[in-house]
Amino acid sequence: MRIFVLNLRTIENNENMKILVCISKSPDTTSKIAFTDNNTKFDENGVQYIVNPYDEWYALVRALEIKETLGGNVTIVSVGSAADEAIIRKALAIGADDAVRIDAEPNDAYYTAVQIAEYAKSNGFDLVMTGKETINYNGSQVAGMIAESLDLPFVSLATKLDVSGTTLTLEREIVGGLEVVEVALPAVVSCAKGMAEQRIPNMRGIMAARTKPLQVVAPVAVEALTSYVSYSMPNAKSACKMIDPTNMDELVELLHNEAKVI
Amino acid sequence: MSVLVYINSNNGLHKSAFEAVTYGKKLGADVTVITSGNADAATLATLGNYGASKVLVDRSLNSDDAQQLTRLIASAATTTGASTIVFSHDIIAKAVAPRLSVRLKAGLISGAIAVPSADGTVNVNVFSGKAFGAVKVNSAVKIISLLPNSIQPEANGAACAVEDFAGNVGDSKIKIVSTKKPEGEIPLPEAELVVSAGRGLKGPENWGMVEDLASALGAATACSRPVADIGWRPHHEHVGQTGVAIRPNLYIAAGISGAIQHLAGVNGSKVIVVINTDAEAPFFKAADYGVVGDAFEVLPRLTEAVKKFRSSGH
Repeated sequence: MRIFVLNLRTIENNENMKILVCISKSPDTTSKIAFTDNNTKFDENGVQYIVNPYDEWYALVRALEIKETLGGNVTIVSVGSAADEAIIRKALAIGADDAVRIDAEPNDAYYTAVQIAEYAKSNGFDLVMTGKETINYNGSQVAGMIAESLDLPFVSLATKLDVSGTTLTLEREIVGGLEVVEVALPAVVSCAKGMAEQRIPNMRGIMAARTKPLQVVAPVAVEALTSYVSYSMPNAKSACKMIDPTNMDELVELLHNEAKVI
Repeated sequence: MSVLVYINSNNGLHKSAFEAVTYGKKLGADVTVITSGNADAATLATLGNYGASKVLVDRSLNSDDAQQLTRLIASAATTTGASTIVFSHDIIAKAVAPRLSVRLKAGLISGAIAVPSADGTVNVNVFSGKAFGAVKVNSAVKIISLLPNSIQPEANGAACAVEDFAGNVGDSKIKIVSTKKPEGEIPLPEAELVVSAGRGLKGPENWGMVEDLASALGAATACSRPVADIGWRPHHEHVGQTGVAIRPNLYIAAGISGAIQHLAGVNGSKVIVVINTDAEAPFFKAADYGVVGDAFEVLPRLTEAVKKFRSSGH
């Protein structure tokens, strides 16, 4: 048996590997986007919330695959209100072991990241995984901020992740290509498409999720660094100009002289 | 006001670098660029044309390691007393800017699409491009990561000084094992012209006509999600809500119906051309120019028309 001393805690072998998967809620991808209160608030009327797809399909499913192969424990963490427990239960139904909800509104990436980093620090994890971004705010900020808060290496936009001992081997997107990298645990990884395949929870998972531990913890005091002041919608497109399919010279002419894009 | 702009110069300077410096110039009188690696001084000096008064370069750092770059930019920010730090919102910025935000306790505006409004807020895409959010930073120092193709580079200045800078970057904890970079491809998020196709193309063997049109135009190629999912095209070409979000000047979509998730990734495009056999395809509602016809006939015809146009000196 090997003994590894890690920054966050000591693990004796992979069977004890502790993975923290951060999930966020996001509106269903087919949701109609509208705002209320003089365009200062997202209109939740009729909106169905789901687990942010990058968090669920890639980070969570890959964490579960690692656990199924090597053993260990997968914990879900989410910063949100009691209403968000539905998406946390969904993540438990897919197969996570337990969950923590940090009882605060995740309005600012820094605020959210510090909450998760504080929780990770006091509870000890070997690997922190997130999706590459949320589909509502698209900031791609939280994972990097968690990493800096914990002074850990961060592999962003990973499309492949394997664990061997305390070393991670990852593929990640770089400008114009792909890179294979190695990093020692503990580490933070944000997950992109290619990492894993979506899993649909089965009835057994859904039943089991009801009784899995879901702990609620109070947030730590920290100032938000940013705030969303208002929202607006893109201008509606004017009517589409139809071109005769046999006359592509006309299309080229319009793209050059009218649209001025070529 | 002192502005610091981080530029990645490891593969030469791209348009996104000129955009970021132009953006910095619009924010403040004094713009310093911080970069690393081996780009020659004459090349770096051209950033002065876009408004930089000085380029600082750390020659000791040759990687894009996020922890090292964070330390480099943080020490340059301290040295220059920068109140705003600007990135181009690319893969490197997505790894470095959040770290820097925590290190400097500086609010991060990620994916800015415009210069600040009169009230100091900056617009970003939210809900995967379906709406805009106006973001305010509450901290004294702010970080703005500018989405490529959001502003036009403006070259009104002259070459500037290039100085060596020691950023105390420390060690990297990430070991690079290998790198795969397809040669000669235009990175999708930076491309000004994009030709994209979907299931209407019926199979990967038919992509030749998409590539022919792209090469005639000098465009990058992209695809819809189903096409990437069934493996006809690589994942990095998938544009849409769960793929890459792009905002080229011209987006040509053939055989893509235009589901809301696809539109989310492309509706920042300045001009959209849709080619589809189905006149009722939802994509026509988001298009500027529409062609109802068979992609198998229309694409080669459009390629010929583009070639004729290009050979006439355009």
